Amino acid sequence: MSMRGKAAIIGIGEFKPTRYTEGATTLGMLAEVGRLAIADAGLETGDIDGLVTESFAEAPMFAPATMVEYLGIDAKFAEVVDHGGATGAGMVARAAMAISAGLCETVLCLTAARRERRSNSGPKRSAGTGWSGRRVDRTPYSEFEVPYGAIGANFGYAMIANRYMHEFDVTPEQLAKIAVAQRYNACHNPNALFFGQPITIDDVLNSPVIVDPLHLLEIVMPVAGAAAVVVTTAKRAKKAAHAATILGVGEHTTHRSITYAPSLTHSPITGAANLAFEMAGVRRKDIDVASIYDCYTITVLISIEDAGFAKKGSGGQFVDEHNLQFDGDFPLNPHGGQLSFGQAGLAGGMSHVTEAARQVMGRAQGRQVKKCQLAYVNGNGGIMSEQVSLILERGR
Amino acid sequence: MTEPIEPTEGGSIEPRYLKPLPEPTDVSRPFWDAAKRHQLMIQRSKQTGKYVFYPRAVSPFAPGDALEWVQVSGRASVYSYTVARRATAPQWSGDEPYVIAIVELEEGPHMTANILGCPVGDVRIGMPLQVSFEDVTPEVTLVQFRPRSE
Repeated sequence: MSMRGKAAIIGIGEFKPTRYTEGATTLGMLAEVGRLAIADAGLETGDIDGLVTESFAEAPMFAPATMVEYLGIDAKFAEVVDHGGATGAGMVARAAMAISAGLCETVLCLTAARRERRSNSGPKRSAGTGWSGRRVDRTPYSEFEVPYGAIGANFGYAMIANRYMHEFDVTPEQLAKIAVAQRYNACHNPNALFFGQPITIDDVLNSPVIVDPLHLLEIVMPVAGAAAVVVTTAKRAKKAAHAATILGVGEHTTHRSITYAPSLTHSPITGAANLAFEMAGVRRKDIDVASIYDCYTITVLISIEDAGFAKKGSGGQFVDEHNLQFDGDFPLNPHGGQLSFGQAGLAGGMSHVTEAARQVMGRAQGRQVKKCQLAYVNGNGGIMSEQVSLILERGR
Repeated sequence: MTEPIEPTEGGSIEPRYLKPLPEPTDVSRPFWDAAKRHQLMIQRSKQTGKYVFYPRAVSPFAPGDALEWVQVSGRASVYSYTVARRATAPQWSGDEPYVIAIVELEEGPHMTANILGCPVGDVRIGMPLQVSFEDVTPEVTLVQFRPRSE
């Protein structure tokens, strides 16, 4: 039984990213952004019968039940998705699965990140204890990588970039062009963190190197924010004011740590994208907008190749030969991408879903891609680890 | 990174090691015990002869397989690396620039390590390496790598 076209996104809620929150709780932010999405869908809380949330610090266990209770939802399907940056796309995939399996009709998907300026409840980084400070972490990662300073994601993507440059040709200018195009897009999105702050290739290359070879302007900025969508049946979507039909879903995961990845330069995106395109029954050249997870410029380059838009090793040439702006011939991350919109925790990954949905719905205002019928979305979790691809189509 | 030196109970003075330390499990303890003896030991599949790292309770190769601990050559090469120009976590502040690398053992498996004993600018993909042992505390020895002259 294919899920093709069985479900659609009909409501979007999103906070404008900010550098910090003041006195916010993740619980409250998830609830508020969920309320916005339900209202955007033209529904009432009573219409929601499914919920997918992230696991968050205030509710490391029982997160779905906590959200269901807080929002007053009567849920026939409630779960947590733990796919890092691919969580947003993974939530939509799971909502579509539950709906197409007949378990429920209308699912609320929630992501949020608070970021307090001086948080006493934040990670405690003392020697010999769990590095995250959040809970006892005895994964192989904490045992065999953390002691070497392999912490965060910068180091991993830097090693991917260095290996890519060893195996294939890409210039720093080509990578920088990705960041510049996305900043152009952000300058057409008043909600983007870097709205009104255009940059040039020289700006990127003159920004400090943080981890060789990645410059500051090739790295996402962590922010606070939230994003939510409402997914419902194709039948109910027909009555909605706007809809993005879920035509294809594909997932692929091969590793948790980049050290043990089968390859640094060939990612599991290939598997996820192939499955999504196969289910959707559309070709790469049919895609009008690509909403590709962009924690770093190298992520985008490898994603363009592995999703099948360019041959392996030719990503740099592809970037040279195409205009990646929302008004160009390969519109990429019209909202600015996380590089220029901001990365609000897992809501950063969800921003690729909300933007793709807005684009095919025709609701992207000053950054609307012309004649936008089909969107490709990729969510990327961890260090090129969990991958979720979606194909969205204009629903009405 | 070290804190100001404070006298310990026995009156001797030693800098405290403040970076996160590995917490061995029953499964991984042979690896860390070997490191303390300055030996590199990893697991090998009895069924396929393939080596595997990190230590596992079960073989990733086949359900009927078993893993045995073996000492390996310590010969390796740089698979990829980065130079951290900014500390990747507060405990490394003051150590930058330093190298974080994926090291490919001659026997096949990949490991994370720092490349010690050479200027950060000298590190290259493919560079031959030899295992090196860093006694960071009286209890813990980290497995590290240094350039190997061919």
